Amino acid sequence: MSATSSTIVNLPDQSSATLPKRNYLNNEHGLMSWLLTGDHKRIAILYLISITFFFFIGGFFAGMIRLELLTPQPDLMASDTYNKMFSLHGIIMIFLFLVPSVPATLGNFLIPIMLGARDLAFPKINLLSWYLYLIGGTLTLAALVLGGVDTGWTFTTPLSTHYLNTHVVTAATAIFIAGFSSIFTGLNFIVTVHRMRAPGMTWFRMPLFVWSHYAASVLMVLGTPVLAITLVLVALERTIGIGVFDPSKGGDPLLFQHLFWFYSHPAVYIMILPGFGVISEVISTFSRKRVFGYTAVAFSSVAIAVFGFFVWAHHMFIMGVSNYSALVFSLLTMLVAVPSAIKIFNWSFTLQKGSITFETPMLYAFGFIGLFTIGGMTGVFLGGLGMDIHLTETYFIVAHFHFVMVGGMLMAFLAGVHFWWPKMTGRMYPESLSKLAAVTTFIGFNLTFLPQFILGYLGMPRRYHAYPPEFQVLNVLSTAGATVLGVGYLMPLIYLGWSLKYGAIAGNNPWQATGLEWQIQSPPLTENFIEIPIVDHEAYDYEWLANKTVNEVTTVG
Amino acid sequence: MHISPVLWQFLVKWLNASALFPREASTIAPYTDALYFFLLAITIVGVTLVGGLVIGFSVRYRKERNPVATHIEGSTLLEATWTIIPLALFLIVFVWGALLYFRIYTPPVNSMNVYIIGKQWMWKAEHPGGQHEINALHVPIGRPVQLTMISQDVFHSFSIPDYRVKREVIPGRYSTVWFEATDPGTYHLFCTQYCGTLHAGMIGQITALSPEDYEKWTRESVSGMSLAQNGERLFNSLGCNACHNGQAAARGPNLAGVYGSRVQQADGSQVLVNDAYLRDTILNPSQHVVAGYAPIMPTYQGQVSEDGLIDLVEYIKNLQTNYRNEQTLTTSQSNQAATAAPGTVKP
Repeated sequence: MSATSSTIVNLPDQSSATLPKRNYLNNEHGLMSWLLTGDHKRIAILYLISITFFFFIGGFFAGMIRLELLTPQPDLMASDTYNKMFSLHGIIMIFLFLVPSVPATLGNFLIPIMLGARDLAFPKINLLSWYLYLIGGTLTLAALVLGGVDTGWTFTTPLSTHYLNTHVVTAATAIFIAGFSSIFTGLNFIVTVHRMRAPGMTWFRMPLFVWSHYAASVLMVLGTPVLAITLVLVALERTIGIGVFDPSKGGDPLLFQHLFWFYSHPAVYIMILPGFGVISEVISTFSRKRVFGYTAVAFSSVAIAVFGFFVWAHHMFIMGVSNYSALVFSLLTMLVAVPSAIKIFNWSFTLQKGSITFETPMLYAFGFIGLFTIGGMTGVFLGGLGMDIHLTETYFIVAHFHFVMVGGMLMAFLAGVHFWWPKMTGRMYPESLSKLAAVTTFIGFNLTFLPQFILGYLGMPRRYHAYPPEFQVLNVLSTAGATVLGVGYLMPLIYLGWSLKYGAIAGNNPWQATGLEWQIQSPPLTENFIEIPIVDHEAYDYEWLANKTVNEVTTVG
Repeated sequence: MHISPVLWQFLVKWLNASALFPREASTIAPYTDALYFFLLAITIVGVTLVGGLVIGFSVRYRKERNPVATHIEGSTLLEATWTIIPLALFLIVFVWGALLYFRIYTPPVNSMNVYIIGKQWMWKAEHPGGQHEINALHVPIGRPVQLTMISQDVFHSFSIPDYRVKREVIPGRYSTVWFEATDPGTYHLFCTQYCGTLHAGMIGQITALSPEDYEKWTRESVSGMSLAQNGERLFNSLGCNACHNGQAAARGPNLAGVYGSRVQQADGSQVLVNDAYLRDTILNPSQHVVAGYAPIMPTYQGQVSEDGLIDLVEYIKNLQTNYRNEQTLTTSQSNQAATAAPGTVKP
């Protein structure tokens, strides 16, 4: 019997599985045991609850925006209200949902386990990071309740410093503080990856999930402080008028754009890289094969992190930067597109000669591949200098970044949540309902955002409260799609909640996946491992898993 | 299936009134659209390829058909292929996009100039002949038009989708864009940079006219003086002519014919005199001291509006001789002498 044919292809009988008596969820009881915990898994759960809360608030604003745009007239709300809606939608979704989404929840939960460690390097800083996130979130809610903020998520000066009388400083403080939570998470991951790998866990034995989180962490630690400085300058300019960005005091408003995008472009990769990690794990597991070209995928994450820092001025091609610097930034933008293309093809070829099953996480991952390819290709439109002139600041760019951030990142997040739900809770989600949700999301997403590409080429500007009547048909389609999308996002909230009590017991390794996290009980013990594992195999080694299972059976029998 | 005729008519009308592709109404538009269709083609090929691979492999290697996975480490050849081909395509887009960019942002030398001032939440167009427009711009077809734009408050962005041109309008510095309209008609003008409450109301209409109609429009819409005449009046009332008069003992440099020339600065550098330079010397004179002159000019920051600055720039641009300047000076001096005269003859 050859080694390959012994690969486990049947899922284990789950009817006999039982919930382990002792695990991280029932180890301690009471609210304080959660609020003062140092356990990375409990902090991940705290994060999961908080970001879900903010996701639905941000989603509510998205719904209101689409509802207003159903008709060309500005008839649902006042202009100022509309401006606050899209500002808060952007601020909440980016800083309070997308940036922490995968790293702070799945990353927090899984990175120590995947490396064979008992916790992150700094458990208390990890908890502090959640509290900072919570303070940032509370301040954002305060800005919202006190009357909102209408700068847009980009805080463009001099609009934000001199021409608005909403709660700009409150919102800036909120983001400033939430930024530190992201720095701490990144710092924790970097130190953990360097210092706390189990014996035998070499860099090239790490799962790709860890590689992509490592790359994202470097971006968080190096990029976020620049955003913090920029926001401090905005607040100082607004309160005491220091004049760094004010042309009448000799300042330069373009300087703000440079500083802001120096963070906010890498931030795009902070958001998407962890998603790449999820997709690598899911595709490998459900095609029962090692990821095609492991090294290329690992290094393309690092390449994206490095190049990602040198493309920020592609947000400013029409702002009167020198033509020659525009050339350089356009060229670098084209280069940063290549590692993403490499990843897409590597994932596709991972399927080749696999033995593919189509569980919900896999469906979400397929959705990711399709939507991210469109999102990435439309990014090339915008990176091309002359094309950018017509497309930037229109709905084309809105559609582009929603394809990457929502079609890409949110699909990856949902793939990951479904994939590791059995590990995190010990229970399975309902399979057919969740497949329906994945398909609904995919259809709703395309219906919402494909028309926006056409609207963008027609020239409909973004952040418009009213628009010329000939754009209405496409806007109606988009709003209809948003409704379907909303249903697609509400379904997991309901059935995942239901599964906490009524879901089938998952067992240790319902997917027969190879990661260290699947070799321990679900939900795991507080200390993860009874004894630290010694790693003697590559990541995604399904033969090792098969042998291990066979040996286990022999031992027991 | 039965559908109510009223509803049917409504739907037909609704779909007919909708747009799917913008008009090509400038000389630039076909160039932009060519790149757009190329990009669209590689996107469709790319998405079809990836979709085909994923679906094809899913069907061929699903567990029912292929119960046992075969392990593949990777393939250098394949990986090189999908590194090099996308890279080559992206580089083509880079070169093509860069050529287009330079075409869109390099105005021809013979273009006519119109000044645009953006402010919350309106567009002001000022033609050199003294025609002023608000949220509207009349241009002739078949002639390149350059817009010199500035914002009085926050960032705005001047966008004409049917011409495929757009440029940020920035406080404190001139930015330019140009186009040549090809078809008479009216086109949307949008502000595309979020600028506060009525951002969506900062829209207007571009009217492209045949040369004859444009001539007629120009004649009929003159209101008051030309920009240069306004500028001259401002130049004299601010007292600029006291120093910038071209006389031998003048304390400021001669401005006649200075536009478009290179000027030696006190710090040794050479500067091209253009709109931006002229505007900046009025607001920050100490930054731009011309060689051979003392840095004595006061700043006019906060004293001249953006409209006034445009008038002054337009005046200096067209100033060929100091003759009228000297006349004005002589008149004012003799006037002073005349008023002073009765006082001196006290009995």
